[in-house]
Amino acid sequence: MQSDDVIWDTLGNKQFCSFKIRTKTQSFCRNEYSLTGLCNRSSCPLANSQYATIKEEKGQCYLYMKVIERAAFPRSLWERVRLRKNYEKALEQIDENLIYWPRFVRHKCKQRFTKITQCLIRIRKLTLKRQRKLVPLSKKVERREKRREEKALIAAQLDNATEKELLERLKQDTYGDIYNFPIHAFDKALEQQEAESDSSDSEEKDDDDEEDVGKREFVEDDEVEESDVSDFEDMDKLDASSDEDQDDKSSIEEEEKSLDTRHKGKTPLKGPLRRKRA
Amino acid sequence: MAKAGDKSGSRGKKGLKRKATAEEPQEAAAAEDGAPESGVQLPKAAAFPPGFSISEIKNKQRRHLMFTRWKQQQRKEKLAIKKKLKKEREALGDKAPPKPIPKTIDNQRVYDETVVDPNDEEVAYDETTDEFASYFNRQTSPKILITTSDRPHGRTVRLCEQLSTVIPNSHVYYRRGLALKKIIPQCISRDFTDLIVINEDRKTPNGLILSHLPNGPTAHFKMSSVRLRKEIKRRGKDPTEHIPEIILNNFTTRLGHSVGRMFASLFPHNPQFIGRQVATFHNQRDYIFFRFHRYIFKSEKKVGIQELGPRFTLKLRSLQKGTFDSKYGEYEWVHKPREMDTSRRKFHL
Repeated sequence: MQSDDVIWDTLGNKQFCSFKIRTKTQSFCRNEYSLTGLCNRSSCPLANSQYATIKEEKGQCYLYMKVIERAAFPRSLWERVRLRKNYEKALEQIDENLIYWPRFVRHKCKQRFTKITQCLIRIRKLTLKRQRKLVPLSKKVERREKRREEKALIAAQLDNATEKELLERLKQDTYGDIYNFPIHAFDKALEQQEAESDSSDSEEKDDDDEEDVGKREFVEDDEVEESDVSDFEDMDKLDASSDEDQDDKSSIEEEEKSLDTRHKGKTPLKGPLRRKRA
Repeated sequence: MAKAGDKSGSRGKKGLKRKATAEEPQEAAAAEDGAPESGVQLPKAAAFPPGFSISEIKNKQRRHLMFTRWKQQQRKEKLAIKKKLKKEREALGDKAPPKPIPKTIDNQRVYDETVVDPNDEEVAYDETTDEFASYFNRQTSPKILITTSDRPHGRTVRLCEQLSTVIPNSHVYYRRGLALKKIIPQCISRDFTDLIVINEDRKTPNGLILSHLPNGPTAHFKMSSVRLRKEIKRRGKDPTEHIPEIILNNFTTRLGHSVGRMFASLFPHNPQFIGRQVATFHNQRDYIFFRFHRYIFKSEKKVGIQELGPRFTLKLRSLQKGTFDSKYGEYEWVHKPREMDTSRRKFHL
């Protein structure tokens, strides 16, 4: 004998219901046939002999109905109707199947159906978008690769390799005329300059000795500027320095000195300045 | 009894010292010499049976003791051999044989038949007809689009910005959830030549997809050890707008060659030497190290370099023939860890 009130009295309030979940403010019903998910007198599938729900399976929505006449036949308790794909037609179907049923159940069924169709639409949209693929990483492999990378870094000696390559390119003249380094040509030019300046100096010195005896002149300081490019600028000036009173060699020495001073006097004990490895 | 036991024990100890070198003859010799050497000793009382190894001693402390003793012995012998060799070298002076080259992993690399010979005609022919030919013929100049995966975090965004300063003629665009397959036709229509996508995981960039655009190959790299500019010690000032030079080191095999060409085609073909900036892609044991330096020639034989710019390491995961298409693409090369990582001396790039 099926008495809803007795069932509700027992399960709903006084005793244990295995589908019920209580939180601080609300209680929920975990039953799969529940219409709303809440634990209420009117939405408990156990405490209502005439009950209906909407359930979704693999993209298809079904209307499940239970009536008291079949309460004695648990196997065929729930009657299932497949709903149409068209939203409005499905609503009409619900109405026609649940005609003469209480308002509450009808209303809630339609609401539930709406929600489910909205979810399905969203799922279909999302599958069209790009899906993030999660690739599992093996910790062992990651560790191994990290270790090998470190060793490869040490074996690579990157700074050395880069420097070597750049010097190679300098040798093979890819930089053209930008740098006037090649020492052989430089030395030759030097010798030429010396020869010229010696001859010209000797002439000038005679004149200067006579002129400079009582003359006051303001002479510029021989410091080299601090920018990086100044080296090259000075070297360019060297070619055209035959007019100046400087000896070419002394200018080079001054440059070297200035380079050293730029290193702030911190020459390492172990020889020439070395770059630290990264 | 105890005494004899002790003696044999001590004898046994000494016998064990010379464990590796001729243990059994030693034992036999000891057994033979037992009588004449130390008359008190029991003959043939070899305390330990031949074929005995230290690891069979059950007592841990004793075993440890034996082992350390053995190790010290080994070390002494090694040092003695070294000294002897050194003396011989000095004695010979100039006539000494050249020092043997130490074996390194790179020396012992498994012979790879796809190593490119610089004079190979087939390779030269391939290069004139592949997708980069138009770049190397100076017909097209590169235009790069740099983007990230969805919702990048600060590190990735900053890396993109810094990369765009390193690579001339590059633009950074936010991804905003667009599908790559839709971006690519748009890029092609706007004349981009390359697409770089930096993939991010847990707030750090960990992957790089480099796709050459019209229909060129797509390379997928794993990126690690990313250092942004502010994390690099002793760095120089920010890079200028000059076009940098490129250094590609150690790309020896066919695969390495094509990857190297991919990198080269990112940068315009006319480096401005005034800028004195150089981007290095150095391949060592299948890891590609990227560095960006500013150099200055201090003399003919000395150059100083100063690191600017971001640095990272790449490891090639897959090379695909067409543009980015993970499902239906035709893969030229895929890294399979179980097959390719078995040998420590085999490298593919």
